Amino acid sequence: MNDEARMTNDELPVKPARGLRRYVAVYAAMWRNSVVRELGFKANFLLWIFVEALWFALQLSFVAVIYLHTDSIRDWTKWEVVMLIGASHFMQQLFTAFFLTNCVNLSELVRTGRLDFILLLPVNTRFLVSLRNVDLGGFVNAASALAVMGYAAKQLHLVPGIGQVAGFLVLCAAGLLIHYSLMFTMASVCFWTVRAQGIVWGYYNLFNIARLPDSAFRGVFRAVFTFVVPMLLVSNVPVKLLVGKIGSPLEMLLLLGMTVACFAISEAMWRFSLRHYTSASS
Amino acid sequence: MRKYFHVISIGIQNTLAYRVNFLFRTLFGFIPLTGTILLWRAIYDGKGAGGKVAAYSLAGMISYYLLVTIVDVLTAVNEDDWQIAADIKDGNISQFLLKPIDYLWYRLCLFFSGRLIFSVIAAVPVTVFILLQRQYFVLPPDGITFAAFCFSTVLTALLQFFISYSMAMLAFWVLEVSTFIFIVFAFEYIASGHLFPLNILPPMWQDVMFFTPFPFQLYFPVSIYLGQLSRAELAWGLAVQAGWVALFYCVARFMWRRGIRKYSAVGG
Repeated sequence: MNDEARMTNDELPVKPARGLRRYVAVYAAMWRNSVVRELGFKANFLLWIFVEALWFALQLSFVAVIYLHTDSIRDWTKWEVVMLIGASHFMQQLFTAFFLTNCVNLSELVRTGRLDFILLLPVNTRFLVSLRNVDLGGFVNAASALAVMGYAAKQLHLVPGIGQVAGFLVLCAAGLLIHYSLMFTMASVCFWTVRAQGIVWGYYNLFNIARLPDSAFRGVFRAVFTFVVPMLLVSNVPVKLLVGKIGSPLEMLLLLGMTVACFAISEAMWRFSLRHYTSASS
Repeated sequence: MRKYFHVISIGIQNTLAYRVNFLFRTLFGFIPLTGTILLWRAIYDGKGAGGKVAAYSLAGMISYYLLVTIVDVLTAVNEDDWQIAADIKDGNISQFLLKPIDYLWYRLCLFFSGRLIFSVIAAVPVTVFILLQRQYFVLPPDGITFAAFCFSTVLTALLQFFISYSMAMLAFWVLEVSTFIFIVFAFEYIASGHLFPLNILPPMWQDVMFFTPFPFQLYFPVSIYLGQLSRAELAWGLAVQAGWVALFYCVARFMWRRGIRKYSAVGG
């Protein structure tokens, strides 16, 4: 209930450091808080990991079934698609770990008026709102996604160079930022509509697109999910770099450009919403 | 009986409050559906003209997914299981122990009214979507098949409801039922034919799945509609489906009875 109160009173006996160091200290306190909270519900923690693993297995089995009936989807072979699903799951789980709960809770903060307390804290509000909770289970699941990717790489006889791996990680970070920006934009809309479940549900539907090989799509669908909601970039581009099927560096630039654009839009939306925030209750 | 009609009308009024929510749900639901359809189209492209996946032509495959959408809109449990679990957790069911109204029938009425409104609202976008794909949409082979499809869809709805109700009953024993609901939902998602038609699987896997109730939660009525079953298979399948409905009705009743004994009326 009193997350904010507890966090400010007990968990932040931080010396008034400045700038980046202060934010690191605040973030460390939020991590401590999350670990303590998770430890309170150990069985539930493990069950959620199991649930996520199950859904991951389900996506993989869909690939297995499809490739019983075909050798390739356009230019994507079976293990390349497994790689794609692995990478997509990897990013989705990191997203869950860092951002998901926080984006979902935003509407709750608005509805109950508890956002007031956060606005009063002498730290960037968006920083606090976006990163307050860390979902540790997400890291476990992200690790399992990496394991699957490793296996797929072995099947592809793929030994990526250090540059490729580094590039992959950078592009993944960009993709993660896109997921976050889009979800945060949608959550900012909650300042008016208030109910968050619909937004989470909507976003899970978008995640579904990120798992699919881009070249399967043509026309309007491809254009919309590349240039408007760049779901066909977020996991496809990093994986294409990793398996060495990237067409031109332009694709990578496009991903990075879309990241900047999405983040800028989410910031604008956030500020607009804040300006129209009227506290609820008292 | 009249009191339950009353519940239905209250349920209709309550769900109408969420009509915009429903509309968005349906619209967002089309995104992955479109993705899947386009994915299959790319696969069929790779096979050249007249290519088939198991017994499905491209048109057959797309009609399969369109029908899955329709049956899903008509029968899927939306938030009923969460609401039931919350009722138990918050002690809201206490009043039903005192009133001359049966909680299971009460929830079934609410489920029915929810589905009714959802179907009416979803009808518009679903129809538009089907019109866009109309060259792939097939009609059932004959009237008897269609009647059997309708009957089976009703059984599907009941099965969905009783399974969800039984799952929600776990709230008597555990604090968080959502993990259990998601685990069952994962199995349902793949074994009910949501993701792909079950008859493109190797025969052994199909047999395994038909030992579970999941295919009867979606796949079975769709395969009736598409005329994939002989008369004998149809009759046998409907009997098995009715059997599952009866079984889960009993499970639901049994769990309720056991749960009540443990119930401590928190906050009631």
